[in-house]
Amino acid sequence: MTDTILAAPAADEAITPVVPATGGTMRRRRIPDGPLRIGRWGPPLLVLAAVVGLWYFLSLVVLGERNFMLPPPHEVFGVFAVEKTRLDIFEAFLTTMQVALVGLAISAIIGIVWAIAMNQARWVERSTFPYAVILQSIPILAIAPLIGLWVTDSFWARVVVCILIALFPMVSNTLFGLQSVDRSHRELFKLQRASRMTVLAKLELPAAMPAIFAGLRISAGLAVVGAIVGDFFYQNGVVGIGALIRKYQSRLDNPELFATVILASVFGVVVFLLFGLIARLAVGKWYDFS
Amino acid sequence: MSTATLTDTLLDFRDVAMTFPDGTVALSGVDLTVRRGEFVTVVGPSGCGKSTLLRIASGLETASHGTTELMTDRIGYVFQDATLLPWRDVQRNVELLAELNSIPRLERASKAKDAIDLVGLSGFERHLPRALSGGMRMRTSLARSLTLDPELFLFDEPFGALDEITRERLNDELLRLFAEQQFAGLFITHSVSEAVYLSTRVIVMSGRPGRIVDQFEVPFDMPRDPDVRFTAEFGELVGKVSHALREGHA
Repeated sequence: MTDTILAAPAADEAITPVVPATGGTMRRRRIPDGPLRIGRWGPPLLVLAAVVGLWYFLSLVVLGERNFMLPPPHEVFGVFAVEKTRLDIFEAFLTTMQVALVGLAISAIIGIVWAIAMNQARWVERSTFPYAVILQSIPILAIAPLIGLWVTDSFWARVVVCILIALFPMVSNTLFGLQSVDRSHRELFKLQRASRMTVLAKLELPAAMPAIFAGLRISAGLAVVGAIVGDFFYQNGVVGIGALIRKYQSRLDNPELFATVILASVFGVVVFLLFGLIARLAVGKWYDFS
Repeated sequence: MSTATLTDTLLDFRDVAMTFPDGTVALSGVDLTVRRGEFVTVVGPSGCGKSTLLRIASGLETASHGTTELMTDRIGYVFQDATLLPWRDVQRNVELLAELNSIPRLERASKAKDAIDLVGLSGFERHLPRALSGGMRMRTSLARSLTLDPELFLFDEPFGALDEITRERLNDELLRLFAEQQFAGLFITHSVSEAVYLSTRVIVMSGRPGRIVDQFEVPFDMPRDPDVRFTAEFGELVGKVSHALREGHA
């Protein structure tokens, strides 16, 4: 009974002060945000508060004794108070992040070079693009054991998984970007008898930048997924998030399991936002992403 | 006299025809000469091959029949839209053509500065195209071509997308540049009054396949007084050109 009282006010408090501001923004969409940007951050924070409220409700009221299935938030975040757990999770994140970054960097390089080659010569596009599409449709879980067979070093096996799932958006976005150049812009260069390399360097690549950054953003998210999937499969060597999740799962360390999963999701969001920011810094001055 | 005429010729079309691979006949039997000191305007209905004429003159297309002779390689080309590179500011957009022609950095910077001054965009060097109005973008585009010191300037309906006031102002700017920079012009438009106001000679084309149906010398002095547009003679000439255009179209 005391549990109900504990849960209800928390949700109420969160809801009451925010409602007028959000309501106003909903009706008059174009109102500029105040310095606190309530219009932008208010609604998602409201949802967060509702989710936390619902979480407490399910864990404490609905599940009660059986709430090992969904430990309450304070228990989940309490695991970070234990130094050993904190270090384990932190180190696993570093490992996974390394794998994801290396995988993303290699995907970006291969993807951009491949797309440039396809853009330079039609025959390269005709003969290799179908395989990019096939690459995209390989079920990664099915091929993971094979990769483990071929790449014995577990770090690089994980990187290969990252590349396999992060490569396609880089290839297709870069190619789309390179081919999106206006005809009149091409003619402008043609009238000055510009070489192919000049057209590539001064026209096609700059014009493709927004598409390349959009691809990078998608690929970054996928690389994180790939790194975690890789952890799951290739357990020897350094421990990544995937391996840690497996460990907690097998030991029924549910608060730790939840904490790791939530942190992994936050990591995914951070990567997405980070690459959005990088894109905006790089080309936002002249290109409107909205 | 005849030798003078020969050397003064910058562009010479003899019996030029253009049939596209899909069978469309865009031009047929076109004879056209542009000499130094001339500003020739071509008017005609949409789809009559006016733009094709310009594309052949610039070398973007090759005529399927006839001979085309170009006596200069200093050609300016202004497209229907400004075709600025959105990631470059005004200064670097204006420098582009000089850059593509491997003109050293300092020289092209000073050429660009002069051209920007000429079109009245000083102070906007660091602006990106998205921050400019349509008229200012067109000025930037003009400045970009001016850096090549063109002897022959080709214009493909450059002001068609602009509002009337901006268009008239740019027409005056263009006349001033024509007087100062001594290039010959070949200008495509579908506006009869614009054609008469800008040019020393107006060529009227028929609908597809495009052929030249009439030519008019424009007798008004250069540099042209903007008020000439409100005189009876101007109105009369516009009427004649419009009449020829209607007959050619029928």
